[in-house]
Amino acid sequence: MTAAFGLNPVFLEAIVVVLGIVLLMVEAFVPKLKKSLIAYAGIAGLLVVLGLSFFASGAFIPEDAKYAAYYTGDALAMFFKQFALVTTILVLVMAVEYAPVLETGMPGSRPGAGVGEFYTLPILTCAGLMWMASATDFITIFVSLELVTISFYILVAFMRRSKACLEAGTKYLILGALSTGFLVYGITWIFGATGQTNLARIAEVLPQIGATSQISLLFGLALVLVALAFKVAAFPFQFWVPDVYQGAPTPITAFLSVGSKAAGFIVLLRVLEPFYVIPVIQEKIVAAIAALAGLTLIFGNLAALPQTNMKRLMAYSSIGHAGYLLMGVASVGVVMAGPAIVYYLTAYLVTTCLAFLVLIIAAKAIGKDDVVSFNGLGRRSPYLAGALLISMLSLAGVPFTAGFLGKFLIFEAALTDGHYALVVIGAITVACGFYFYLKVVRAMYWQPVPENAGAVPVSLLSKAVLAILTALVFILGIFPQWVLSRLTLE
Amino acid sequence: MSDIGPLFLLTILPLLAALFIMVGAQPRLTARISSVLLFVLTCFLLFRYDREAGDFQFVSGWTVSEAMGLSLLFGADGLSLAMLFLASIVTVAAVWVIPPIKDRERLFYACILLISTGVVGAFASLDVLFFYAFHEVALIPTFLLIGIWGSGDRQAAAWKATIYLGLGSFVLLLGIIGLYSAMPPGIRSFDLRVIQEAAAVGVLKPDDWVYLLLLIGFGTLVSLFPFHSWAPQAYASAPTPAAMLHAGVLKKFGAYGLLRLALPVFPEAMQTYANLLLVLLIGNLLVVGLVTISQKRLDWTLGYSSVMHMGYIFLGFAALNELSLSGAGLLMVAHGLSIAALFALSGAIRDKTGTLDYSELGGLARVAPMLGLLFGFATMASIGLPGFANFPGELLVFFGAFSSPLASPAAFGLSNFQWTTVVAVWGVVISAVYMLRAYRKVFFGTMPERWGSLSDIDVRTRYAVILLILAMLIIGFYPQPILELITPSILLP
Repeated sequence: MTAAFGLNPVFLEAIVVVLGIVLLMVEAFVPKLKKSLIAYAGIAGLLVVLGLSFFASGAFIPEDAKYAAYYTGDALAMFFKQFALVTTILVLVMAVEYAPVLETGMPGSRPGAGVGEFYTLPILTCAGLMWMASATDFITIFVSLELVTISFYILVAFMRRSKACLEAGTKYLILGALSTGFLVYGITWIFGATGQTNLARIAEVLPQIGATSQISLLFGLALVLVALAFKVAAFPFQFWVPDVYQGAPTPITAFLSVGSKAAGFIVLLRVLEPFYVIPVIQEKIVAAIAALAGLTLIFGNLAALPQTNMKRLMAYSSIGHAGYLLMGVASVGVVMAGPAIVYYLTAYLVTTCLAFLVLIIAAKAIGKDDVVSFNGLGRRSPYLAGALLISMLSLAGVPFTAGFLGKFLIFEAALTDGHYALVVIGAITVACGFYFYLKVVRAMYWQPVPENAGAVPVSLLSKAVLAILTALVFILGIFPQWVLSRLTLE
Repeated sequence: MSDIGPLFLLTILPLLAALFIMVGAQPRLTARISSVLLFVLTCFLLFRYDREAGDFQFVSGWTVSEAMGLSLLFGADGLSLAMLFLASIVTVAAVWVIPPIKDRERLFYACILLISTGVVGAFASLDVLFFYAFHEVALIPTFLLIGIWGSGDRQAAAWKATIYLGLGSFVLLLGIIGLYSAMPPGIRSFDLRVIQEAAAVGVLKPDDWVYLLLLIGFGTLVSLFPFHSWAPQAYASAPTPAAMLHAGVLKKFGAYGLLRLALPVFPEAMQTYANLLLVLLIGNLLVVGLVTISQKRLDWTLGYSSVMHMGYIFLGFAALNELSLSGAGLLMVAHGLSIAALFALSGAIRDKTGTLDYSELGGLARVAPMLGLLFGFATMASIGLPGFANFPGELLVFFGAFSSPLASPAAFGLSNFQWTTVVAVWGVVISAVYMLRAYRKVFFGTMPERWGSLSDIDVRTRYAVILLILAMLIIGFYPQPILELITPSILLP
């Protein structure tokens, strides 16, 4: 940025936290306020922060700042801050659409009870995600991860009267706490071996540590890997995903599958990087990640085949996509692997949010979220169906969409790095993907319209967001430079 | 570089028409106007193409990613123009034969035009990744067309074709990635000209597995034996215009890709795996040929015949000399015209009678003489009778294959290629058997009484088919102009 006006990125998180707290206060002390106004205020506030973020960069962090050692403002961090902001804005748009459904799952002492909190908690989650993008110390990573996870505990179990939702909340709480345990335990082992929690320092002292310490270091690293595999939903740590995704309020499902996953991947990239200085450790990490990637690809895509519920389908598809992303993580030897992962995540953000927004709008009108309930949508609401069609095609990886280019970049990196087995597995799972994504298309276009079903009503805001996201799928698919150049500048 | 050229306009013409139709333009009229415009514009480019200068002309486009060497680049040489001619003429015919659609007319027309966008874009692309992308785009409208408006077991057919082709094109994509990463880092690009140049000066030497990936990937799309089983079912179930476009044009994408990408880069791998390809293409000609003979329905006969005829094109490709490759190029155009005409006519029969079962048909020439006459022409063309475009194509392939430079001694004093040619010539006999049998079963013999009141072929199909047959006759009697287009653009390694 050559702008005369520069901003320390720390302020971005600060503004978001303040925004969240203020909105929470307003919600508490102005009971007569229309709840959707809080969401609109949140969206507007986050849009302002998103605008400000383009003027912020790590160059404006004062050199003598105490936090400079564990806080970075590099291109990757800045990109992910914007990523988190966009995701949260989209989640708030979905939340507004979802509010009527949410109210049915809340104890109805007064209309709109609890909806206000549902709009403000994601903003606080967003602050956690943004902080995580900058964290370069195991302690800050852990704290920001917990900020994100704890707000998710509340959000997942938000609909207190829905059994499925409570079940999802419990599962997420137990498994989330378990993975946190793994993470802390792993960090302690790494600290024990190196005497450091700062990632940059770890890279410095790593070459000097002895063989015994190396074993404990690897053990700690394995534990951290397990914890992060929980977060990104990699096999065999994926078993919470389908139930939680299905039970949680749909906007939160979208938030989990995009925001939480992306955060997991950025932490994974950051945490693993210092350990690559030692070739032996790098080899072992790559082997582990490649194994995870292969298993995740196979499991996610095969298990998605028989799904009949849209949210479960999206859950398994999100596991499958974690597999492709891990393929990229495993291709460390390739310069383009990092940008490929980031591009893939961006494409995944746009596409998945598009799918979930349509899902929320349609499920609200239809009352169910099974794939069969989309029957004949192509005739009932052509534009809504068109948007879902495009997002399914992008998830499946049809050219000219963002999803295709993402897959292309990942496979290119994997092939260049010599992960032939992974590439073969990936090719087969892509074919599976064609089947289960097109199953949705089949329901929308091949099947007849159920009786007395009319057009699905769509609000103006959602229409605008749907149009923007649909356009973005194509724009990203034809002009990837827009994302890629942001990261290759370094 | 960023400019808009004629080929870009050509590509987006059907796309724009599809969009207009989706937002409310009159479907039939819009589609017909745009298809005729497409054809006229293509013919105009054919005349504007400077044959003396050769090489790729009308090059235009813009850079997508400098670092990756990726750009949305259009350009055409003789071979691409020949294929574009095929694509546009079949589009005109396909749009014209569309019967009145009761159910979601807009979507139907939009899907047909999107397939057309895909094929035109693929043949006009100079960038390999977009060349691939345009083809893949055509798969989705095909899926919808077969699934919604198809006949018979349409859902199974749509799934099978889509997943088969999806996997096939993914194998192809891996091959393209392999090719790309084999280029030296400095000049890495998806530009076809850069790839061909790099291969020519010897800096591009990919491993053999890249060739196999491309062969299987492209092969699946052209229905190379044993990766062909999606084709007959899909063509039998697809609505007539979709079958015409898919069998006639879209399928040629694979063969075109092999000529464009595999040929200049992999002369050695082609030598190494020549016998493999020969065995597979004999599978196409003999195994599929015999399977075709045993079919009991006209649409399945045509579906299998279109698989079988790909064997000749593969033979032309495998033999790797100027004669055979020109023949393969000519045959791609000729077969596209003849199979499109046949599918148009069989669609007309199905619309009238509701069946294509040989046991229920017969003697139709009595009540529908014009239909019978046109079908006779298309049948003769498909068999490869002199005077039709298929004949010079097949002849060139046979002559070329018999004297292939890749030949290695086999048995009884004949080389492997010569033996294959001998076998392939029998393919002509096989195709004569099943096509004449189909012609007899449908149009001659005793006519079941219920067909007594059948009307003759309707006007829209009649002129569409006459257009295709005229093109076949002109090329058949005077193939020189189109050969002069194709031959110089085939790069011999």
